[in-house]
Amino acid sequence: MEKAAIVGIGQTKYERRKSGEIYYDLVYEVTTRAMEDAGYTLDDIGDVITVSNDFWDGRTISCMAVQEAAGAHDKNVSTVEGDGTLGALYGLMRVLGGSGTTLIVAHSKGSEGDPRVITNAMFDPVYHRSLGLDAVSSSALQASAYMSRYGVTEEQCALVSVKNHKNAKNNPFAQLPMDITVADVMKSRKIADPLKLLDCSPVSDGAAAIIIADEKHARKARKKPVWIKGAAHCADAYFLGDRNLAEAASLREAAKKAYAMAGIGNPAKEIDVAELYDAFGYMELMWLEGLGFCDPGGGAGMTESGKTAMGGPIPVNPSGGVLSAHAVLAAGLARIAEAVLQLRGEAGSRQVDGARTSLAHGINGPCGQSHCVWVLGKD
Amino acid sequence: MASWLENEEILTRKGQIAMPYAWSVGEVGSRFLVGLRDEKRILGNRCDKCGATYVPPRKNCGVCFHDLPDDGWREVGPEGVVTSCTVVREDSPLAPAKAPFAYVIVKLDGADVGFMHVVRDNLEKLAVGVRVAARFREAREGSILDIDSFVIL
Repeated sequence: MEKAAIVGIGQTKYERRKSGEIYYDLVYEVTTRAMEDAGYTLDDIGDVITVSNDFWDGRTISCMAVQEAAGAHDKNVSTVEGDGTLGALYGLMRVLGGSGTTLIVAHSKGSEGDPRVITNAMFDPVYHRSLGLDAVSSSALQASAYMSRYGVTEEQCALVSVKNHKNAKNNPFAQLPMDITVADVMKSRKIADPLKLLDCSPVSDGAAAIIIADEKHARKARKKPVWIKGAAHCADAYFLGDRNLAEAASLREAAKKAYAMAGIGNPAKEIDVAELYDAFGYMELMWLEGLGFCDPGGGAGMTESGKTAMGGPIPVNPSGGVLSAHAVLAAGLARIAEAVLQLRGEAGSRQVDGARTSLAHGINGPCGQSHCVWVLGKD
Repeated sequence: MASWLENEEILTRKGQIAMPYAWSVGEVGSRFLVGLRDEKRILGNRCDKCGATYVPPRKNCGVCFHDLPDDGWREVGPEGVVTSCTVVREDSPLAPAKAPFAYVIVKLDGADVGFMHVVRDNLEKLAVGVRVAARFREAREGSILDIDSFVIL
């Protein structure tokens, strides 16, 4: 792959309800932040990719409503309906295809729709939708399959929430910085067994943007570029019953491809910090395994031993992760933005010392149907 | 924040989008749903290349990318084993039952993929590995809910 870099990032603060700002405003806020961060003006932006979903926005062809907010006036603008990491993957393709620079911006306001109704609509209307499944109840089915396959306990899953909400205290953008204990998670309200309120990510409003540039344009940016070493995507079957829900097969495949591009042989040793899409506590355990940081079934042990905590050999979600702020679609792009901050040494009190290689990860579809893996490097 | 905002209220516009659809169930899906409605039978179909039996039945095998043959149709279930389950604790306007009830993925006897449905009763006995059987509704209309639920055996 020709060299390409991330040269600018912008995030809003993630909040339960941003009543004073419409989603257009959020897109404008992060677009201008990413351009300032890169030291670019609109003339430096080759083309624009917006990431949105019609159901979350409550408007068809939702992308058309944010073009002026995204700096896309008179530019080549196109859209990804899916996680922000997939928008970024398309953006990388545009850059490799000769755009020079591509701005990718993702937004959602979970507070404005009904997440249960919206996520129910991702299921097949003939066979599954009338059962009333949504993002939480379907994920509970995956947690059940995973935990029974590997003998993982609810307390072990709760450790992820404890760690990530604590990490969020160091992230000014996070929605839910909290000091909580495993006992707090265990006694929180039952939603769908084994998932309890504190096992689940919140509903959030927010947006994130990044700018990707080829080598020539990256050299013009204000800050040192963060290089894209590998990026890959893989999807599993649509029907949950067709999948082995206890394994993240498509993550394993995406990671394998991204590591091959990046020349990573031993991810647990070579990745210094990771930002993962932990929509639920159990997911982080599964994704650790899918990414090859440990053996299948080893995610709980790895977490218990403190390896993924700040100060451990591979801190996972120093930002607090998706458990601490979940603006759907923007959340994957936020993982990339955080992975960039870590390599620039700009992560403030959530900085992982000496990070040279970081990993960002996003998911799309029920129970992590598809995964997108990014490996970023300082040099 | 703009200074004029200090004395302004932020308004909210409420609305709802309700869009009717008439999705074709297709040839394969119709045969499956008619099987539920008219015969109380759960039909799957088998890939003659890899041998996997799908339920609900499919047009093609996604793995082999190969048409599923006309002679691959077969009855599966109505019994099977639970491969994952969750007891739902909160009511949802979309669910076919009041909480608590359970979602299950069931590996029906004779099938190679999981089948998603609900369990209403004896939830304390529900676990991965228990055997269940489909219970049909008296009044059936060619819908996945012609199966009322799965009962624990």
